[in-house]
Amino acid sequence: MTTKPKLKEKRIGLFVCHCGVNIAGVVDVGKVAEQLKDTPGVSFSTDYVYMCSDPGQQMIIDTIKEKHLDGIIVAACSPTLHEKTFQEAARLAGLNPYQIEIANIREQDSWVHTDKEKATKKAVKIVKSHVAKARQNENLDPIKVDVNRRALIIGGGVSGLQAAMDIADHGYEVILVEKNPSIGGKMIQLSETFPTLDCSQCILTPKMVEVSRHPRIKLLTYHEVDSISGFVGNFKVRIKKRPRYVDETLCNLCGECEKVCPQVVPDEFNMGLSFRKAIYLPFPQAIPGTYTLDAENCLGLNPVRCGKCKDVCDKKAIDYDMKETITEEEVGAVVVATGYDLYTMQALGEYGGEKYDDVVNGLEFERILSASGPTGGEIRRPSDGKVPRSIVFVQCSGSRDSEKHLPYCSKICCMYTAKHAMMYRHRVPDGQATVFYIDVRTGGKSFDEFYMRTVEEDKVLYIRGKVSKIFKEGDKLIVWGVDTLTGKKVEIEADMVVLAMAMVKADGVQDLLKKLKIATDIHGFLAEAHPKLRPVESLNAGFYLAGCAHGPKDIPETVAQASAAAAKVGDLFAQKELVHEPTVVPVNDELCSGCGICLTMCPYTARTLDPARGVVVVNEILCEGCGACAAACPSGAAQQRNQTDDQIFSMLRAMLRD
Amino acid sequence: MFEPQIMCFLCKWCTSSAADMAGTSRIHYAPNNINMRVMCSSRVDPQHILYAFKEGADGVFLGGCHPGDCHYVEGNYKTLRRIALFKIMLKDLGIDPKRLRLEWISAAEGKKYAETMNEFTEQIRALGPLHLNEKALVQEVVKDE
Repeated sequence: MTTKPKLKEKRIGLFVCHCGVNIAGVVDVGKVAEQLKDTPGVSFSTDYVYMCSDPGQQMIIDTIKEKHLDGIIVAACSPTLHEKTFQEAARLAGLNPYQIEIANIREQDSWVHTDKEKATKKAVKIVKSHVAKARQNENLDPIKVDVNRRALIIGGGVSGLQAAMDIADHGYEVILVEKNPSIGGKMIQLSETFPTLDCSQCILTPKMVEVSRHPRIKLLTYHEVDSISGFVGNFKVRIKKRPRYVDETLCNLCGECEKVCPQVVPDEFNMGLSFRKAIYLPFPQAIPGTYTLDAENCLGLNPVRCGKCKDVCDKKAIDYDMKETITEEEVGAVVVATGYDLYTMQALGEYGGEKYDDVVNGLEFERILSASGPTGGEIRRPSDGKVPRSIVFVQCSGSRDSEKHLPYCSKICCMYTAKHAMMYRHRVPDGQATVFYIDVRTGGKSFDEFYMRTVEEDKVLYIRGKVSKIFKEGDKLIVWGVDTLTGKKVEIEADMVVLAMAMVKADGVQDLLKKLKIATDIHGFLAEAHPKLRPVESLNAGFYLAGCAHGPKDIPETVAQASAAAAKVGDLFAQKELVHEPTVVPVNDELCSGCGICLTMCPYTARTLDPARGVVVVNEILCEGCGACAAACPSGAAQQRNQTDDQIFSMLRAMLRD
Repeated sequence: MFEPQIMCFLCKWCTSSAADMAGTSRIHYAPNNINMRVMCSSRVDPQHILYAFKEGADGVFLGGCHPGDCHYVEGNYKTLRRIALFKIMLKDLGIDPKRLRLEWISAAEGKKYAETMNEFTEQIRALGPLHLNEKALVQEVVKDE
């Protein structure tokens, strides 16, 4: 059995409420009070017309003081209504609020039954069970911990930037970690943005500059979060600094190093559609404005050194001996804004993206459209640089195909495909744009108008149906599809094909998320604490979600979510200390065998096995008190405070015997 | 007429709120049940259910949130698995598994709660008293479905 210190008998006061006629009309409240006055533990029993009224509460307060009561039962309405009221009354009388029990004899008795005798009998049982529980209730104090008012943001895309700005503007310090050489994320690669056709770089770069200059934001690019330990309000973060081999404080962007570098590699920023050197600036507005030496492709780091860039660097900014370093930071909250990736061309073999240069994905087409892209904004196809006279756009490439690919909708593709087709028609007025779609989903402000403009003004041909195969014939791409409205097969000769690839979980951060034990959904996107009521919080206390790491979404939604996450971090930081319900499930060391069953029950990682002592330890601030572990513990070592197994058994006895 | 005793374990977030909702809506139902509010259906240990039978319950009802709605993410799935196994055990113990019922009733489903209570009460009335407290080891004959 569990530990049951023999306490001296409690002095419990029982207060039965009439609630006007709401309870007294059906339940004989006087009889309830009378019948239970001699129950073990009860030393005072009465009934009153409205317990929640001021005189009612005062009566409770006075009686507690006069009769030295150390436990109270209020038999009244549902605890969701007045539990707090009576807890406060108890506190005023100097009694621990966790000594209050509310017996629900209104919603779950007088209001649902008409037989007075049976309802009264039921009320007696209900109240009696609470007496049984109250006899074993302990005084509890809320669990309190300090909060470290600094936030960590993982990811420097638009969501991370927005969250960082907002939290810093609230007056708190922020550490922003980005694994790439520059902040900006995927948004900086986009050309125009739907439905307003704002230039993406023009609207994002001011934000990037603002973040980099903010006095309360510590920007750590080319860094990665290695691990996070601790708990809400008190995290310890290990951050790995990848060697850049260029001292960013010395580099003045003269570009001499790039000119002499002999190593040419595909440029990630342009999705491999152009080339860069091994020492490079990701893009002209990169922040921080510094060259980065890509160690994988550099010759200088190999034993036979090249060293050309180092020789020409006037500033002596290049250092081949830089090493990876680890720093530690302490923060109170973490915003995970790790972004997304696109479904791979390999996964959609029938569309030929791997084989044919002119089958590109949406992000590649963004680069082709972009004024800072490989073609300077002219639409030319990658294979031979010709202006395509016909482009086929394939929506739902990988999305909404539960049999072969991904069951979910990637949400933004309908809109960006409309934009792609429109931009193409604007720049190649005699070109033919054809879109294959399953449905066109345009839920968003001004979205449908934009789509209608694409169809009506820009004369883009929309065909409802899927594409089955894309193959090459001469220098043309042949697109086989079906028009499901006419039921006919369609064959289109195209110069280029753009696949609206599904958005998927970000590839590079999965190990980190696993290490952090952050809850994810079945597709690897971050899971929110509640799909409706807590959409920007993770289940793991102190972690917040922003942007496409949580699921496909467009820029305004991403920004809104990032601001919401920042506001939630603000909520946390505004508290003097974290206060947590004490009705958690601790472990009795003497009974715990260290089997670890409860660890698998806990969705909050509140429980860990202490290998040295062979027992489970509980981080009470993380425990939400669901009690799943208590039910699973084979030795009775895990007991929920003020709802122990003993208390449940006592309540059952009181309810069911005789 | 036999009046069965029905012990209900209700999750605080959904089914207990549904029971409150039934009250607020004044939906009348059979007074045979008595409720215990727990934080989550997964707090209920099969031992509690067995103990309820032993102490005189003729039927035990367990109410939780609908799949996907659990306040504690997945507590109801844990309950589902536990109860499925426990029903097999109940049969071996000589208690008709039909005496134990698990339902998902959301906070908005006051009517469903009341209807379920009526239905379950009638079901248990038809099965007759369990009297496990009196006959201790005398087992109920459980017919195969």
